[in-house]
Amino acid sequence: MALIHEDNERSKTFTRRTLLLGGGQAVLFSTLAARMYYLQIIESDRYKMLAEDNRINLRLLPPPRGRIVDRYGTSMAANQQNYRVVLVREQARDVGQTLDRLARVIELSEYDFQRVMRDVTHKRAFVPVMVRDYLSWEEVSRIEVNAPDLPGVNIEVGQTRHYPYNEQLTHILGYVSAVSESELTGDPLLELPDFRIGKQGIEKQYDGTLRGAAGTSQLEVNAVGRVIRELSREDGNPGQDLVLTVDATLQTYTHERLQAERSAAAVVMDIHTGDLLALASTPGYDPNLFNVGLTNEVWNQLVKDPLTPLTNKAIAGHYAPGSTYKPVVALAALESGISPDFEVFCPGFMKLGNARFHCWKKGGHGKVDMYKATQQSCDVYYYELSKRVGIDRMSAMARRFGLGSAMGIDLPGERPGLIPTRDWKLAKIGEPWQLGETLISAIGQGFVLTTPLQLAVMTARLANGGKAVVPRLTRQAHAAQKVESPDGTELPDEFPDMDIPSAHLRVVQTGMDLVTNNPRGTAYRARIKEKGWEMAGKTGTSQVRRITMAERAAGVTKNEDLPWRRRDHALFVAYAPVHAPRYAIAVVVEHGGGGSKVAAPIARDILIETQRRDPSGTPPIALVGGQLVKRG
Amino acid sequence: MAQRQRIFFVDRLAALRNNEMSLREKIWQINWSLIVLATLISGIGIAMLYSAANGNIDPWASRQLMRFGAGILILLMVAVIDIRIWFRYAYAIYFVALALLVAVEFLGVSGMGAQRWIDLKVIQLQPSEVMKVALVLALARCFHGMALEDISRPTSLVLPIAITLAPAALVLKQPDLGTAMMLLMVAAAVFFCAGVRLWKFAVVGIAALGSIPIAWQFLREYQKQRVLTFLNPENDPLGAGYHTLQSKIALGSGGLFGKGFMQGSQSHLNFLPEKQTDFIFTMLAEEFGMIGGLILLVLYAILLTYGIAIALRARNQFGSVLAMGLTCNVFFYVFINIAMVMGLVPVVGVPLPLVSYGGTAMLTLMATIGLLISVYIHRDVRISRRGLGIEV
Repeated sequence: MALIHEDNERSKTFTRRTLLLGGGQAVLFSTLAARMYYLQIIESDRYKMLAEDNRINLRLLPPPRGRIVDRYGTSMAANQQNYRVVLVREQARDVGQTLDRLARVIELSEYDFQRVMRDVTHKRAFVPVMVRDYLSWEEVSRIEVNAPDLPGVNIEVGQTRHYPYNEQLTHILGYVSAVSESELTGDPLLELPDFRIGKQGIEKQYDGTLRGAAGTSQLEVNAVGRVIRELSREDGNPGQDLVLTVDATLQTYTHERLQAERSAAAVVMDIHTGDLLALASTPGYDPNLFNVGLTNEVWNQLVKDPLTPLTNKAIAGHYAPGSTYKPVVALAALESGISPDFEVFCPGFMKLGNARFHCWKKGGHGKVDMYKATQQSCDVYYYELSKRVGIDRMSAMARRFGLGSAMGIDLPGERPGLIPTRDWKLAKIGEPWQLGETLISAIGQGFVLTTPLQLAVMTARLANGGKAVVPRLTRQAHAAQKVESPDGTELPDEFPDMDIPSAHLRVVQTGMDLVTNNPRGTAYRARIKEKGWEMAGKTGTSQVRRITMAERAAGVTKNEDLPWRRRDHALFVAYAPVHAPRYAIAVVVEHGGGGSKVAAPIARDILIETQRRDPSGTPPIALVGGQLVKRG
Repeated sequence: MAQRQRIFFVDRLAALRNNEMSLREKIWQINWSLIVLATLISGIGIAMLYSAANGNIDPWASRQLMRFGAGILILLMVAVIDIRIWFRYAYAIYFVALALLVAVEFLGVSGMGAQRWIDLKVIQLQPSEVMKVALVLALARCFHGMALEDISRPTSLVLPIAITLAPAALVLKQPDLGTAMMLLMVAAAVFFCAGVRLWKFAVVGIAALGSIPIAWQFLREYQKQRVLTFLNPENDPLGAGYHTLQSKIALGSGGLFGKGFMQGSQSHLNFLPEKQTDFIFTMLAEEFGMIGGLILLVLYAILLTYGIAIALRARNQFGSVLAMGLTCNVFFYVFINIAMVMGLVPVVGVPLPLVSYGGTAMLTLMATIGLLISVYIHRDVRISRRGLGIEV
């Protein structure tokens, strides 16, 4: 009895507790179902998003950079295929052996070997490792032929910027180079390892236009980042092509003509439109070097070179204009009522207090009027004019011609020059203006500083009848450009009048005509003999050194006897053809000596070449919807 | 007099029926719906393994299928063997399993930082899986014939506690925290069903809580990390929390209906770790959604209900306790695994029964179901304290 009772009691307990456990299990299973509901229904959207994040990788497709062409559509900066050989570890299996085989086909340095072996171990097995880039066609075809023996070796094509004109166009085009830390803007495009941005010249100025917009590709990747497939692709916008006003052939000619000198600059422009046809500065450098990456050695050499190859002297070289400044002084005098027939006797110097201000011609010019004074560049005549006109009116006239401030040309690094006034000196130096300073300003010495570009613009404005023409390298309007075009996209070919009576301009133009075309003119020997192409010009020689009193007493040393660095700069400005002007030029030869002897012949040759090609006479190329079209 | 006769009659009837039950009769008695259930669940597992290999029968699905076939044979064999044989050899089986656990220490192959396998060439044996069944057998035998009075004597609990702690300690040393915990929980369930007083559980529970700081010292670094990660998984998404987070992403992104068979992007792109073993439920839930997950959960619930019903039907204490212990064992497998992949409990190495890829687990689970059926077939058998059919 007791046994059975005991048994029943025990089995009752068992049943009760088993059912209790079963109930507990039911509750816990319900918890699992509830959790499933929470994760898969309530939070489902969040996890779906996270799942897509996991799965999808965005990859940037860098846009091809826009080409830069000259006014005829000749390519000056283009993209070249850069063939590189890469190695995929998982396909190569034995990396060392494959590299050995590859080394029999193309040249591989010991450094390449070590770098590849190191990269291969650091990167995932399916990631291509670059072995060598900039392969020649011959090397590419040799690898292709031997492909069966080279498992995991592939050829990839990248794009690299190429400048076919090398250093001849460097100072206009600039160059592209790898993005530096400080240039990062958060745009992921800039963080791509082989992306290049414009660092100088047009490449820098129009970087945004040339760059275009990156496309994106959505890739499905697995947990270790291997690409499974492309889900979608959004093509970006390729960079826009850019048409420059430059004539590449004329630029080449100009550059080569300048290269005979050690250091020089020249600017050729259309006096009506402001189109810059050539803008050269020597010495230059090869922009292609910057694309690949410059060695420190080469960079240091470029930086330390006394001839400053990195500086574009045409827009950033500050030179005293010397006698090329005289037309401005003459116009200021005419405006203040002095007649062109006003005569001065030049004994070879002018006395001011105790000081003597010399004319370049020791014996003096005798009696000269404004025409003769310009033709023969008589300093004493201009001393006299400046005494009567005063520094401020001279400087005001200079400013109207574009001197003393940046022209706003679409190139980085333009310098403004300097046109002094009384106020400027007081503010800057803290001393009152001296009359002697007015005299030397009149012959473009002292404080006066100009760039070759400014001198070309000044000449153009003299020749085009007093229109305030502005220089340009592209027809596309640029924010830095001061002249607003009516439709906002293209610059106008018409420029505001400078309010200078044409009679006054004719006086100066006649004087400049006499400089080159009259046997007594300072540049007669450098005249253009071809009928209809004759030029009118003005010579200039600007002193680099101060002439000491002792030297004056002992007689001024001949320029040729001085060391190069202390010799005078030779300048020449001109326009042609003399009777229907179209082209203006400014040439500066650093430490070249006399303007008439050194700079004028260069200007003559370039102007002949310019008129032979007559770039302004042929319709230039335009970009319509990304296509190059000849203008009607 | 009448009563004595009645007892005699009942005894006689039962003894007769069971002693003389032929193999044919036994096969007739087999609970075929349990086998159908096991086949359904295993079928789901094999389908998921096929998907996990991106639509290939190799390397997982084919081998799992072979194991399932072997498992069915073992199940049937175990089912028809007389329960008294199981009773008689319960301790022997336990000691073999214990010996294997010791052997793992010396012959074991390391996997995931723990020694868990013995390489038997044909099969890589995981003694800890075998022990989960062996422990229940041993405990059921231990409690068999103990009256409530006996059980309430503290001395009588010394043996079952020793039986429990020995394998738990060995497994913990491997170190396999998950399995050790499971052994303890299964033992606790058996103790509970057998009628151990509730206050004793309370005492052990409080003692266990008190010893957590001490136990923490003995945990391996990766185990500590797993517990910490569990407490805050999104803190370190690429480090230790990666498993849980990726599992939740895959599961959650499945939604109600899932992404479709073999379309689970997270599983197939390998964001989901261990998708063929411990995290196979996540893959199922990613590809078949909440519907698919619930269907599997319901199948398990039916299996467990059968187990409980068998435990209640059995008239011998050994069978009842054995059936309930085995049922709890399956429950803990299912619950811990699914709770783990959904981020409810820390990541521990517990497979999903009959679904996860793994030979030993598959075979021991089929044997478990076989034992349940054996309890069912022999539900009316009387077992003496020594395991004989007739009470002396």
